[in-house]
Amino acid sequence: MKLLSAFRSSYLNRRGSTFRSLDPSSFDGGFIPKSSPSSIFWLAIHCLCCLISLILGFRFSHLVLFFLFSTSVTNLYTTTAGVSQLLQLKPLERKTNVTRDRIRPWPHPNPIEVVRAHQLLQRVQKEQKSIYGVRSPRTVVAVTPTYVRTFQALHLTGVMHSLMLVPYDVVWIVVEAGGKTNETASFVGKSGLKTVHVGFDGKMPNTWEDRRRMESEMRIQGLRIVREEKLDGIVVFVDDSNMHSMELFDEIQSVRWFGALSVGILAHSGNADELSSVLKMNQEGKKALSMPIQGPSCDSSGKLVGWHVFDTQPYATKSGVYVDDTAAVMPSKMEWSGFVLNSRLLWKESVDERPTWVKDVNNLLDGNEEIDSPLSLVKDPSMVEPLGSCGRNVLLWWLRVEARADSKFPPGWIIKSPLDITVPSKRTPWPDSSSKLSVVTKEAKSNQAATEKLSGKPRGSKSKSYSKEKQEPKAFNGFKVPATR
Amino acid sequence: MTNRSSLSAILLFLFFSASSAQHNVRTERISGSAGDVLEDNPVGKLKVYVYELPSKYNKKLLQKDPRCLTHMFAAEIFMHRFLLSSPVRTLNPDEADWFYAPIYPTCDLTPTGLPLPFKSPRMMRSAIQLISSNWPYWNKTEGADHFFVVPHDFGACFHYQEEKAIERGILPLLKRATLVQTFGQRNHVCLDQGSITIPPFAPPQKMQAHLIPPDVPRSIFVYFRGLFYDVNNDPEGGYYARGARAAVWENFKNNPLFDISTDHPTTYYEDMQRSIFCLCPLGWAPWSPRLVEAVVFGCIPVIIADDIVLPFADAIPWEEIGVFVAEKDVPELDTILTSIPTEVILRKQRLLANPSMKQAMLFPQPAQPGDAFHQILNGLARKLPHDGSVYLKAGEKVLNWTAGPVGDLKPW
Repeated sequence: MKLLSAFRSSYLNRRGSTFRSLDPSSFDGGFIPKSSPSSIFWLAIHCLCCLISLILGFRFSHLVLFFLFSTSVTNLYTTTAGVSQLLQLKPLERKTNVTRDRIRPWPHPNPIEVVRAHQLLQRVQKEQKSIYGVRSPRTVVAVTPTYVRTFQALHLTGVMHSLMLVPYDVVWIVVEAGGKTNETASFVGKSGLKTVHVGFDGKMPNTWEDRRRMESEMRIQGLRIVREEKLDGIVVFVDDSNMHSMELFDEIQSVRWFGALSVGILAHSGNADELSSVLKMNQEGKKALSMPIQGPSCDSSGKLVGWHVFDTQPYATKSGVYVDDTAAVMPSKMEWSGFVLNSRLLWKESVDERPTWVKDVNNLLDGNEEIDSPLSLVKDPSMVEPLGSCGRNVLLWWLRVEARADSKFPPGWIIKSPLDITVPSKRTPWPDSSSKLSVVTKEAKSNQAATEKLSGKPRGSKSKSYSKEKQEPKAFNGFKVPATR
Repeated sequence: MTNRSSLSAILLFLFFSASSAQHNVRTERISGSAGDVLEDNPVGKLKVYVYELPSKYNKKLLQKDPRCLTHMFAAEIFMHRFLLSSPVRTLNPDEADWFYAPIYPTCDLTPTGLPLPFKSPRMMRSAIQLISSNWPYWNKTEGADHFFVVPHDFGACFHYQEEKAIERGILPLLKRATLVQTFGQRNHVCLDQGSITIPPFAPPQKMQAHLIPPDVPRSIFVYFRGLFYDVNNDPEGGYYARGARAAVWENFKNNPLFDISTDHPTTYYEDMQRSIFCLCPLGWAPWSPRLVEAVVFGCIPVIIADDIVLPFADAIPWEEIGVFVAEKDVPELDTILTSIPTEVILRKQRLLANPSMKQAMLFPQPAQPGDAFHQILNGLARKLPHDGSVYLKAGEKVLNWTAGPVGDLKPW
C-alpha cells in the first residue's frame, strides 16, 4: 500500500499526459512511472502480468488479487469461480452492467415496427409539407396537344407519370389532332386524374413548322375549354415530349397572374457528327457556346429585363424540316411550355380582378388570329413574373424526338398475333424448322452458352432440354436469338 | 338588447379563440412546473454584484489557453461577460441579492482539450478565501447568497470519474452557495437541492450556419453519431456509459431505421435536421451537448440516462418534449419509439419548433432575450427572496474550512 501511495503522489505531481486512462488507485491500469526503483519493479511486474494475461486470456491481475486475499487451495475450477466472484468483490465497486446481458437474442428489426416507423415518417413529412410548404395549393391545369404516332406512348407515359406524381389536384386537358383515338384514351384513362379529352380536326402535318402552328391552335382550343369549364387553377403547357421536374409544379404555385420559366433546350440530333461540326464552327467563329436555355432574364435586383433565347444560328442550315429528319430540331423563339398563367385570366367574367397589362383574352380566343407564344397575350411583357429564382433554375426540358414516318407500331402496344420467328431457339420442336435447326444450331449453341454463363445458374443441359420440351406452352413462340452479333 | 350584445360577445370570443387556435397549430407554448416562465424578463427582479477578482482567476487563464472559449464548458466565461454588461448588475454590493465570483475552474486544459479538475478545488478555495477576507458579504451568509458557475463533468465535485467525484462530494466551502452546473442527476452527491442546471455550451453561430430549409422532409428515423465503446479509458467495456451505448450499438447496428455510427461527418448538423429522433445517451457523465443540438435542430431527443436532471427543469417540461428511455430498456428501443402515438410525436415537434425553446438552450454573443443567460437569472430570481435563516449571526460559523482531502488545503 505504501507503493500505492507513492504511485498516487507521483501521478498527482504531473500534468496528465494520458488523460483519463490513469486510475491511480488500481495498479493494473497501464500507468508507467518515470524513475524510481519501486517503479521499475512495478514495471517488471506489470510486463509479467501482461504476458500471463495474453496466455490465459483474461486479466491476470484479478487472479493475483484473488491469490493474495484468498486462503483456498489453487484448483483450476475454483480459480475461475473465484475470478468471477472477484469481479463482484472488486473494491472499485464497478457497476457491472455487462453489455452481453443486454443484447436481445434476435437483434433483427420487427417488420411490423418497421412499417409503423415508415408510417410515422410519412405522417411527419406530411405535417412538414403542410406547415412549411405551399399555403393554399391551387389546381394544376395541364394542357397537352398530342397525336397518335410511334413515339406517342413514350412521351405520354412520361407526362402521365409526372402528372400522377404531382402532389396537388390536377386537371389534364388532352387535345388530340385527328380526333379522339383509343390509343390516347388509354393513357388518359390510366392516369386516374381528372381529364378532359377532346379531338381536334385535321391531321398533324409532317413538317416541324406546320406542326408548331397546329399545336398552338390546339393549345388555344385547350384554353377555350378552361374558359368554358371555368377551371380555377394554374394553366401549365405540358407538351407531350417535354420532361418536367417535380419542383416545377411546386414553383408554379407561387405565380400570381402570368409567370415565365427557364426551359432547357435539348436540340439534339441523332447524328453525332453534326453536333461536333456545330461546336467546331463555334470555336472558329470565336463565339462562346451559348446556354441551351430559353427563359426570363433578370438584372441584379431581380427585375425582369428581357428574355434569353436559344441561339439557332449554328444550326441554321442543318435543322430538321420534316418530323422524321435525323437533324436537330429547333425550338420556336418562345416555347409555350415556358409560360404559366392563372386560369382566371381566361374567364369571361370578373374583369375587374384581371390586371390591365393583359390583352382581352376573349377576343384572342374567339378570333382566328395566330398566336405563336403566350407573350402575345400580354400588352406589357415586363409585368411577367419570372419563376425559379429568376430563371436560374431550369425546371423542365424541351426535346423533340420522333420516329420515321413509315414506322409502325402495334395498336395499343399489344401484340395480337404471335411474332414472326426469325431464328428458332435451341431444341424448339417446330415441325417445319428441323431443316433450319441444323444450320443455326452452332450459332444458337454458342449464344446459349453465353447466356447460360451470364445467368450463372448451373443447369445441366439435359434437364434444360427436358423442361423445354415438356413444359412449352402452345402460345409461347420461343425467343428471337440474334444469329449475328 | 342584452341577448344581441351577449350573442355578439360570444361570436367575438369564438372568432378570437379560433384565430388563436389556428396560431397554436404551428407551435405550442411551453410551460414547465414553474409556469410559463421561459420568456420572463429578469431585469428588475434581482440584482447581482460581480466581485473584482484578480485576473489570475479568470483573464490570465483564458489568455493562457483560448480554447476555453469554444469547448463545452465555456458557459462560465460567457456568463461572466454577460453579467458585466447586464442591467441586473449592480455596483453597490449592499443592494445586491446575489453575488457572483468570476472564476474559470475548467480552464485548465490538456493538450487534447479536456479539462483537468485537479487544481480546481484549490483555486475555488483560494478565491473564496479572498472573497471572505476582502468583503464582508461572504461571512454574512457563508455563501448562501452567492452563486458559482461550475460546468464540470460532475459539477462541484471536481473530478471526471464518477467514483472519485462521489468520494469527494461537493466542495465543502460551496455547500451553502447556489451552484450553476451542467451536471444533473437525482439522488446524487454532486447535485445539490438548490442547484440550477444549465445546458452545456454549444457554439450558436456554428449551428446557425448549418441550418437547412424546414421543408426538407425528415427521412431518418433515429440518428446518433459518437462513441459506443471508449477503448482508451474503458478497454473491457461495461463501464463507459454503464454499458448503455454499447447496448445500443449491439442491438441496432444492423437495423435500417437506426442511422448510428462513430463517424464524424461534415453534415452532422444537417443530418440532425433530417431526423425525427436523436439519441442522447449518457457518456462518462449523463449530460451531453447532443441535447442542445437536438433541440436547436428540431429533432426529438431520446434521453437514455437514468435519473438525469435536464437543464432548467422547472421552466421546461422535458417529459412532454423528449422521450425518456430507461437504460435497462435499451434493447427494446425500437419497440418503444415506434409505439409512440403519431399525435404525441407531432406535438413534441411543435413544442420543439417554438423559438423560445431553442433560445433557452443557447448562449449567444451578444446575449438575446430568452436565452440561457436569462434563464439562469430567472432561476436565480425564482429563488428570491432569501430565506431569513441564511443570514448568520455575527461570529457564527457553519462551514468547515478544513474539511476535504488534504491536497485541497494546499494554497493555489
